[in-house]
Amino acid sequence: MSATSAEPIPRDTEHRSRTDARHDLFFRFLLRFCAMLVLAALLGAALSTLWGGREVLFKDGFRFLFSSDWNPVENQFGALAPIVGTLVTSLIALLLAVPVSFGIALFLTEIAPRWMRGPVSAAIELLAAIPSIIYGMWGLFVFVPFMASIEPTLSDTLGNIPVIGALFQGPPLGLGLLTAGIVLAVMILPFISSVMREVFQTVPARLKESSYALGSTTWEVVWDIVLPYTRSAVIGGIFLGLGRALGETMAVTFVLGNSYNLTASLLMPGTSISSSIANEFNEAVGMHRSALIALGFLLFVVTFIVLLIARFMLRQLQRKEGR
Amino acid sequence: MLTSLKLPSRLGTLAFAVAASLFGMTAQATDITGAGSSFVYPVISKWSAAYAEKTGNHINYQSIGSGGGIAQIKAGTVDFGASDMPLKAEDLAKFGLGQFPDVIGGIVPAFNVSGVAAGSLVLDGPTLADIYLGKITMWNDPAIVKLNPSVHLPSSKIFVVHRSDGSGTTFNFTDYLSKVSTDWKSKVGEGTAVQWPTGIGGKGNEGVSAYIKQIPNSLGYVEYAYAVQNKLGYAKMKNAAGTVVEPTIASFQAAANTADWKNAKDFNLLMTNAPGADAWPITATSWVIMYKTPKNAANTKVAFDFFKYAYEQGQDAARALDYVPLPASLVQQIEAYWSSEYKQ
Repeated sequence: MSATSAEPIPRDTEHRSRTDARHDLFFRFLLRFCAMLVLAALLGAALSTLWGGREVLFKDGFRFLFSSDWNPVENQFGALAPIVGTLVTSLIALLLAVPVSFGIALFLTEIAPRWMRGPVSAAIELLAAIPSIIYGMWGLFVFVPFMASIEPTLSDTLGNIPVIGALFQGPPLGLGLLTAGIVLAVMILPFISSVMREVFQTVPARLKESSYALGSTTWEVVWDIVLPYTRSAVIGGIFLGLGRALGETMAVTFVLGNSYNLTASLLMPGTSISSSIANEFNEAVGMHRSALIALGFLLFVVTFIVLLIARFMLRQLQRKEGR
Repeated sequence: MLTSLKLPSRLGTLAFAVAASLFGMTAQATDITGAGSSFVYPVISKWSAAYAEKTGNHINYQSIGSGGGIAQIKAGTVDFGASDMPLKAEDLAKFGLGQFPDVIGGIVPAFNVSGVAAGSLVLDGPTLADIYLGKITMWNDPAIVKLNPSVHLPSSKIFVVHRSDGSGTTFNFTDYLSKVSTDWKSKVGEGTAVQWPTGIGGKGNEGVSAYIKQIPNSLGYVEYAYAVQNKLGYAKMKNAAGTVVEPTIASFQAAANTADWKNAKDFNLLMTNAPGADAWPITATSWVIMYKTPKNAANTKVAFDFFKYAYEQGQDAARALDYVPLPASLVQQIEAYWSSEYKQ
């Protein structure tokens, strides 16, 4: 009796485990497909820009990378000025945005009174929601005249310092690499500071409290406890901001001055990869179009290299910490 | 029970009415599509609104740039293309296309020098070319002073502003400089985007206007409409005949009148440096490009009707936007071209 009634039960579990295994397999394929879709899209975009820009990229070896000559009439194209402009403006943006973001995050998590944290962090997150064209208009109509008014003072003071003086010489146009870098800094600030604030909050209270109990100042707690605990996430946040700065188009186009002439001064106009594309793509045909697509491919490469450096830095840090 | 019956029946009538009106509209109106030059976009949209009110036919024009317009018409995806650069005769022949001008606009040098009033500065072609070449760098350069003996010019640097985006305005401006300066022709040349020897680039007419307004001692070039609307200081020009002319609708039309259209096959002619005594030297037009043997006869017929309407009744609309309607003599030539070249 018990044997006959016990018999169907193992068959049922066997059936269930077989369907479960099938579902698992199906689910695994589905997930793998989703992940592959991202890879395929990325690879497809990179390869199609490489294909679209092949006429220019592989002409005369790598002349495209190292020439600053950009002449659509003669079909001579060199990407040096846009590459330099992209890197310089992003670097200025990072130099300004990282310390300020750190200060904001530190203030909001450690120092600010509780009632202030909500409104201030909401305001910072709202900065991230402003479309970049608005930053461009603000930059052009409000910030550029302001920069034009302080640039004579800049070149009279900083411009006289030996080595770095050359960076601050030039006519007070208000437009240029420095202005674009500052506008970019304002744009990437919310990204970096909100990541920093989030991760600072994850530091266990008992670690901080133990440190305070041993007599640490707030600065020592932040520098020796909070920052080492969150280091990799902080670097991740910084590179998120850098990624945005490298690809930013409209705001930069408005305040950069769009000139292909390379100069040493940060007060002079320059151009960037994305703003060159945005400016010229509409009316470009033939080789010119190919050159702009090749610029798009270079933006892929530059971003990829920057991310690679970030990964490398993180790995070095982890090794140092003995993880 | 009663209400539940009533509601669906009402919905039904509504749906029927909507379907009937949709069907009715598609039965009588033709939607034609065009694409290309952004220079003509404002005036074409104004014309097409008025034309739709009159005839019920809609013109859907996409301002994707001249290059895009040429590509679209060659691919046959639109009923007409519009370009700020005329196509060459062999290009037209290869694709079975024809082209004709649609409206005229002027390009004016605009400046911002304190103490120098709008319209009181005079420039000529070679001087303008030398400024854009970076050879003349100061406002009180002898070449400029010679043209403006009575104007007090400051001894400050000229900040040159040009377009950063590829544009028909730049094409006509650089074509003019190439015609008046051999140096410009050999060093820079003409195109929708060129390698500027000096200066900063503003995106679009609005970008250049903003830079000129903000940067003291700047000089740039914009479409006439932008100089008027932004109240920029414009310069007068010495034209090919040696007269000093003001940028006005009359001087743009004089350029169109004196340009040698009769000998230009397929209207392949740029009006810059026109020979007339009253002609503004940097006058531009843009061209409508259509298949000579229509791909879609009904649409092409409407397109011709639309441009006929624009030439004959769209003149006030064009003037209101600071464009210049084509002179009557040119319209006659275009209509003759239509009947001889196009199979309608």
